[in-house]
Amino acid sequence: MSTATIDGRAVERGAFATLAHGLRLTPEFREGLPVTLVLAMVATGGRVVVPVAVQQTIDHGLNAPGGSDLGLVRLACGLAALAVAVTAVASYLMNVRLYRTTENGLLALRVRAFRRVHDLSVLHQASERRGSLVSRVTSDVDTISTFMQFGGLLVLVSTAQVVLTTVIMLVWSWQLTLLVYVCFLPLVFAIRLFQRKLQGAYGAVRERIGALLGAVAESVVGAPVIRAYGVQARTAERIDTAVSSTMNAQVKAQTIAATTFSLGELTAAVANGAVVVVGVLLGVGGGITTGRLVGFLFLVTLFVQPVQVATEVLNEAQNAVAGMRRVLGVLDTPTDVADPVDGAELEHGPVGVQFDHVSFAYPGGPEVLHDVDLAIAPRTRVAIVGETGSGKTTFAKLLTRLMDPTRGAVRLNGLPLDGISFSSLRSRVVMVPQDGFLFDSTVADNVRYGRPGATDEQIALAFLELGLADWVEQLPAGLATPVGERGESLSVGERQLVAIARAYIADPDLLVLDEATSAVDPATEVRLNRALDSLTRGRTTITIAHRLSTAEAADDVLVVDRGVVVERGPHAELVVQDGVYARLHASWMSQSR
Amino acid sequence: MTSAAPADAQVSGNVIRRGLGVLWVAVKEQPRIFAVSALGSALFGLMTIAQAYVFGRITEKVIVPSIRDGEARTGYLVAAFCAIVATALLKVIGIIARRLGAGIMQYRLQATYRRRVTRRYLELPLSWHQEHPTGELLSNANSDVEATWYPIAPFPFAVGVLFMLVVTLGLLFVTDPVLAVVGSIVFPAIAVLTVLYSRRMSPLMTRAQQLRGEVSTVAHESFDGALVVKTLGREADETERFRARSAELRDTMVAVGRVRGLFDPLMEALPVLGVLVVLLVGTSRVGSGDINSGELVRVAYLFTLLAFPVRALGWVLNELPRSVVGWDRVQRVLTATGAQTYGEGSVPGSSPTALQVQAVSFAYGNDGVLSDVAFDVQPGRTVALVGPTGAGKSTLASLLVRLVDPETGTVTYDDLDLRGLAPGALAQVAALVPQQTFLFDDTVRGNITLGADIPDEDVWGALRIAQGDGFVAALEHGLDTVVGERGTTLSGGQRQRLALARAVVRRPRLLVLDDATSSVDPSVEQRILAGLRDSAAASTVVVVAYRRATIALADEVVFLDEGRVTARGTHDELLATSDGYRDLVTAYERAEAERELSA
Repeated sequence: MSTATIDGRAVERGAFATLAHGLRLTPEFREGLPVTLVLAMVATGGRVVVPVAVQQTIDHGLNAPGGSDLGLVRLACGLAALAVAVTAVASYLMNVRLYRTTENGLLALRVRAFRRVHDLSVLHQASERRGSLVSRVTSDVDTISTFMQFGGLLVLVSTAQVVLTTVIMLVWSWQLTLLVYVCFLPLVFAIRLFQRKLQGAYGAVRERIGALLGAVAESVVGAPVIRAYGVQARTAERIDTAVSSTMNAQVKAQTIAATTFSLGELTAAVANGAVVVVGVLLGVGGGITTGRLVGFLFLVTLFVQPVQVATEVLNEAQNAVAGMRRVLGVLDTPTDVADPVDGAELEHGPVGVQFDHVSFAYPGGPEVLHDVDLAIAPRTRVAIVGETGSGKTTFAKLLTRLMDPTRGAVRLNGLPLDGISFSSLRSRVVMVPQDGFLFDSTVADNVRYGRPGATDEQIALAFLELGLADWVEQLPAGLATPVGERGESLSVGERQLVAIARAYIADPDLLVLDEATSAVDPATEVRLNRALDSLTRGRTTITIAHRLSTAEAADDVLVVDRGVVVERGPHAELVVQDGVYARLHASWMSQSR
Repeated sequence: MTSAAPADAQVSGNVIRRGLGVLWVAVKEQPRIFAVSALGSALFGLMTIAQAYVFGRITEKVIVPSIRDGEARTGYLVAAFCAIVATALLKVIGIIARRLGAGIMQYRLQATYRRRVTRRYLELPLSWHQEHPTGELLSNANSDVEATWYPIAPFPFAVGVLFMLVVTLGLLFVTDPVLAVVGSIVFPAIAVLTVLYSRRMSPLMTRAQQLRGEVSTVAHESFDGALVVKTLGREADETERFRARSAELRDTMVAVGRVRGLFDPLMEALPVLGVLVVLLVGTSRVGSGDINSGELVRVAYLFTLLAFPVRALGWVLNELPRSVVGWDRVQRVLTATGAQTYGEGSVPGSSPTALQVQAVSFAYGNDGVLSDVAFDVQPGRTVALVGPTGAGKSTLASLLVRLVDPETGTVTYDDLDLRGLAPGALAQVAALVPQQTFLFDDTVRGNITLGADIPDEDVWGALRIAQGDGFVAALEHGLDTVVGERGTTLSGGQRQRLALARAVVRRPRLLVLDDATSSVDPSVEQRILAGLRDSAAASTVVVVAYRRATIALADEVVFLDEGRVTARGTHDELLATSDGYRDLVTAYERAEAERELSA
């Protein structure tokens, strides 16, 4: 029911503001830009060589007084060839520079966005499909990359081309220049209009592709359920719908883009026609030479090219802006559960916990934890019990600062939790969630994740201490056994064993186990708990479990019911009272005996 | 992932030839729309030439005489204007046909192959899925399909350009063979450059594509494990891991930039040099009276016009390596074998089925999981599958409903081998509730009915048995509440109860529960089990369980240890005869007893 979202602010920004904001956040993009711009100007110079050479040839070569002057044509062509060579070199340098700066900028942007995703609170992380988060640091950045390198390059060159062309046109005939500009003016407005349409169309395409990916992901991730229930046909249908609607959106966008592109071509034709008519009329009065007029027609082609390119680049620009917006969406999302500036360090040693009138509600949802006010002494082993949905996991998340309370404060050894630096907090307080997520690597590597640098011997020792040595032994390759994607080569229970070893080797002072052994068989669980008990003596351990065997062994039991701590005390005391715990325990007993 | 590997082999092979092969497939798949866009492109090319011709004529007949004579004739001017605009109009028609055609062709091909790939996903067995990472399968259906058909966008353009080149050469020869020969030197040069370019570029592009996949895999895994990363404070290390891959991608892209930076200006300079040579030679040809100035201008203009479209050939060629890599990855899915074969049988009747497992062995790769497992369940009876963590219970459960087939041995319902059943026949008989709940991005109702036509009262009935009616009724939109990855957040126990209702609502004749109530409180679980037992639609039940109450419901217990059935019998019998079993199920009592002793 969380309404924490990622795209809050970023969607409101216009295209230009989005790009500007992106550039501001990524100074790497601007590195050495002036030199690149100068190179772009030089590189464009080569393009006006042809019209100028044509003009020179006609006016001074062919129509020279006294017949054609081949020497002058040779000179003109030689100079032009030199200009082309210089242009090519400048163009090469510009390309290389552009690639280097944009790729550096994109790397920085990508890495920053990636880090920010991890820094977001669990609520924000949960508000998006996993695939959608991934695309924000992969394909969205790639669209920006495509634009910067193809589009960005073209924009640079094209802008320079328009400027240069205009200068030469002005030198040759200001009247014709004015005429050309008047012809192109309506196009500028038309393009703005189409740009807006195109933006909407591309937005739709991206949205549909997102839905398509979701549908495909379901068919892959839900493969067992789809097979077990024989719903292949229905799944295929859902995918087909997504595929078709994606295609329709793409065709629509393409139609708008093609129309826009054609407008440029038509405008160029009208401008050329007008230049011929007006140019001849001017020429008749001696206002322009034949060579210049013909050269002018070439120039109009050079003038229309950038406009064409602009409409082309608009496609990619739209995608890039949309991509940028999604990347910025991540960067702009405040880290609501943030690492405090100059955070306090938690001193090594036993940790005591205080909850000061703590309440919690998910954004936009009802309160799920009400005014919890209690203290847990250092070195105690506490079990938290209660029915599903009573608020046990919320309690654990607040305790480990995966979320901050809406009211009240949590303290560790008297220090407010939100004032303790993350590096200190995460090394001293470790939670083992129910879902024993493992990385696609070996058993040893996954345990080492809890303490980087731990040797294989230390890891083997950890399993031995936890009473899991025989389990490791029967693995095909022992500690070096690959666990597969998400650990799926192991059974659910086995994954939980690795997750516990991972937390154990991290050597925390406060260990929080949230249903961490729910899929482990009773014998192993009992053995594990016994090992943890003896090993974690002197530490504070907080365990959430359905299996009340854990509660029986704990120093203290907290009973949560509908967001309120209703009972507290050791098992022996609570079990004889006529309360929630006694009831839970009776039902547990009837089940497990 | 290393699965993108055989890239090198593709590079050393003839990428361009293979790429053209992929394009040929595209033409065969979409011949009509390809014809439209190629014809459009040809029209565009013809009109481009016509433009040059028109400009040449206008220079010759209108501009030069008018300015020379100091007299402009209105009729000529109007005709000139009309000719220019008319050719442009035709050209625009060509452009629209070409672009729309190319777009539609590309998008249709994408859609077709996305459908085929995802169909294949649904057909291939679970074992195949288990061998391929999710990220890879997602990119096969998405970015690989996209990459395959990327060259389709400029393809019709390139075909039109080829046509245009031929026509141009013809025209050049008609105008002036000498100029034509001089000018034509440019085209082989462009061709050589293009081939060199592709050679340098294709390994880089392949590498870049592969690295993009790796970057995506790292991000996927890292975000998947976000909670672990957070709880262990490993954000900085994860960022470093991601940065390392991304930096490799950057380095490759910078290398791409260097190659492109070198070849792009050369490609652009060549036609310009061609024009200069034409001017140089042309001037002397005009001087010697072989051609007139109008013809020279026309030839020069033709070269300027060609400069841009000729690059379309380059665009196609440059995309071919990526396309071939994408095609190979897509083909790997489409040609994957091992799809489960089906018979035509069904399981007649509507009463609970008998289940028999005979000499079943199974391994993941070389890692044996089950060996020689055998047991049977009489219709309507309940069997508990008990065993320590990692004993192979979940694998056995998935064999029972044919998510995978055994390597040796058989599984039968009412003496019918599962492999002989028609597609869909099995799902009508049996239902599995897996250990890990999967919910679709759909409503509560949709997640339970899975699209089957089931009245709401039955849905509520199933929810009642699964002890889920209470919380569903409390949801804001009841059965219409959207759940799944982006929907309303449900707790693990709530999700399990929906999965259970999904199975129960189908009134299965065989129900397989794989530790399906692990996230549910004991008291709730007890009510679920009671509901199952009392529900009118009795079925044969196999339940993977640890809890004594669950086991107590079973008529018989099968004890599985290290992939073998080591004991069978009633709970009491096994307590007496099997040490392993006793150890497992009395663990809590013994722990308590020890505590009391030490207290």
